[in-house]
Amino acid sequence: MKERNLFQIVTIGIIAIWLVIFALIPNIMVFAVSFMERSEESFIKAAFTFENYRAFFSSMYFSIFAASFKMAFITTLICLVIGYPFAFILARSGSRFKSLLALFVIIPYWTSALIRTYAIKVILTTNGLINTFLIKAGVISEPLNMLYTQGAVVLGLVYTLLPFMILPLYAAIDKLDTRYIEASQDLGASRLQTLAYVIIPITVPGIVAGCLLVFLPSLGLFYIPDILGGAKNILIGNLIRDQFLNSRNWPFGAAASNILTIVMAFMLFAYYKSVRAINRRVL
Amino acid sequence: MENRKPVVELQNVKKSFDDKTILKNINLTIYNGEFLTLLGPSGCGKTTTLRIIAGFESADSGNVIINGERVNDIPPNKRGVHTVFQSYALFPHMTVYNNVAFGLKMHKVPKNEIKSRVTEVLRIVKLENFADRKPHQLSGGQQQRVALARALVNKPLVLLLDEPLSALDASLRKGMQKELKQLQRALGITFILVTHDQEEALSMSDRVVVMNEGVIEQTGTPKNVYEEPNSVFVAGFIGDINILNGEVLGLGDGGISARVEGRLCAIKTKKSLKIGDRFKLLLRPEDMRIEKLSENPETDGLMIGNVVLKTYKGATLDTLIRLQNGTQIKASEFFDEEYEDFDYNMDEKVSIGWVSGWEVVLPDEGA
Ligand SMILES: Nc1ncnc2c1ncn2[C@@H]1O[C@H](COP(=O)(O)OP(=O)(O)O)[C@@H](O)[C@H]1O
Ligand SMILES: [Mg+2]
Repeated sequence: MKERNLFQIVTIGIIAIWLVIFALIPNIMVFAVSFMERSEESFIKAAFTFENYRAFFSSMYFSIFAASFKMAFITTLICLVIGYPFAFILARSGSRFKSLLALFVIIPYWTSALIRTYAIKVILTTNGLINTFLIKAGVISEPLNMLYTQGAVVLGLVYTLLPFMILPLYAAIDKLDTRYIEASQDLGASRLQTLAYVIIPITVPGIVAGCLLVFLPSLGLFYIPDILGGAKNILIGNLIRDQFLNSRNWPFGAAASNILTIVMAFMLFAYYKSVRAINRRVL
Repeated sequence: MENRKPVVELQNVKKSFDDKTILKNINLTIYNGEFLTLLGPSGCGKTTTLRIIAGFESADSGNVIINGERVNDIPPNKRGVHTVFQSYALFPHMTVYNNVAFGLKMHKVPKNEIKSRVTEVLRIVKLENFADRKPHQLSGGQQQRVALARALVNKPLVLLLDEPLSALDASLRKGMQKELKQLQRALGITFILVTHDQEEALSMSDRVVVMNEGVIEQTGTPKNVYEEPNSVFVAGFIGDINILNGEVLGLGDGGISARVEGRLCAIKTKKSLKIGDRFKLLLRPEDMRIEKLSENPETDGLMIGNVVLKTYKGATLDTLIRLQNGTQIKASEFFDEEYEDFDYNMDEKVSIGWVSGWEVVLPDEGA
């Protein structure tokens, strides 16, 4: 008994120290920096100010913030609309290989995300795969302008993040007890009614988890807008990176980063509430 | 029972899963307003039978008829039967009220009618104060009652109950058995209940259907299947039974004379037997009678054994006796205060008989 307690203390202690060093301290530093001033020589100057936050909400940066959310929202919606039927069919197929099939969803991740994004670029570009094919087939005479559009960014985000939608949905739908569906049918519900009143509500934790796993990264994935969106389609992730690496405005980058963190925290809270409401957990 | 209307009929129903025959050839008529129990050991096909009636499984062949209409191709949501699932399957995201109202909402019943009907049925199952709770905030017995209410509120033609009490602890189960029976009487709805518990089946049902390995072994009133089992299986499954070997010695008027484990006796039976035929004699422990032997007994023509176990059960004394050939016989006798000698010594040699008229004769199945 005593040894086990010691083992627990040591393991939990190590995890706690790890979290303090690599999560808590950096976050506190970012938080502190966001209230400081910029300095040419040493990046930051130890002076207290709200200026960074004020600047964020009053400038064009805020519109980037808003555009990012719109983009992330569209991406999440598309992933959900594609991912739910996909996960549903997979989980309910009754196939012996369904778990293996679900695993296949992440196979693209064996290739670097950067390379896959460049591949999309090759497909979309002016003399890329799609345009060449369509012109050869005689469907169009002029190449379509697909690259460096919002659509291209959304496509890249959806392609990259879809598995993060499918997997939690798959887990939630797979766990859904068939008896709930049978009970619903038994009580006179049609297939559509069963879907709307029983299946979707019970899998809400999976839906919220999937949406979070798509929405949050799509706010921060800066290389996709970089490669597919060009200079016009800057998102919040690009902004934060640029503040740290290009403009060297650490305090401002920290403030933007903090705002993003707070928004994400709210969403995690919403997930927690939805799980509590259903009284079951997916993640 | 004869003049009652059939509500559910199964005609030559067969069902296999993965080439394994589960239901061999089920023929069963269930009458309006009766409480029928499907009783049998685990895995004998009771749930499958119920699911075929509900529409969750389809019969490979044969007819399923509900209220005079062949329903083989009608989906579960369009059949006038409702199920109380083994583990209740209450919707976890809905309150008790919304669980119960679900069926009515699906059938687009007007709002105010839903309210009055749900309130009424919650009152019947004594849960009117729990309408706003979620299922996980209820005890097992309360969840059970919500499941009942959720089905009953739709006024089903037939209520199907799959081991509805198996998840409850013993004391709660006894109470719920009574409540279920009273509810069924009061509402007049046909109940088809599945159980593997013979006591439950006997105490609740109007009729019991005993199943074994996909076959209906016997159908009858609880008294009927208990007192006149038509097979060793039914006799053994419904309560304790002693199986004795006998041989026909002579034929008489409406019966036979026979030797049963050494005992010469006359047995009333309508079964047609010939002299020399071997048969099985089935006797309940409570029909056995033990007689003390005198000092120097004449044991010819008696069934003789030794007492190997005595168990006091309060109202009864249960005795286990081993015959000379090794067969063990259970006897269960009520205490009779006027008869003072009522007790046996361990290993005492006794003669065993039975109350004439309670024995059941079955032709030897091995022959
Ligand atoms: N969907 C199914 N697929 C394969 N076998 C099944 C299925 N449902 C039931 N069975 C088999 O059918 C047999 C009877 O099951 P069931 O009707 O549930 O028995 P009971 O309710 O009497 O215990 C069991 O051997 C079970 O394994
Ligand atoms: Mg069963």
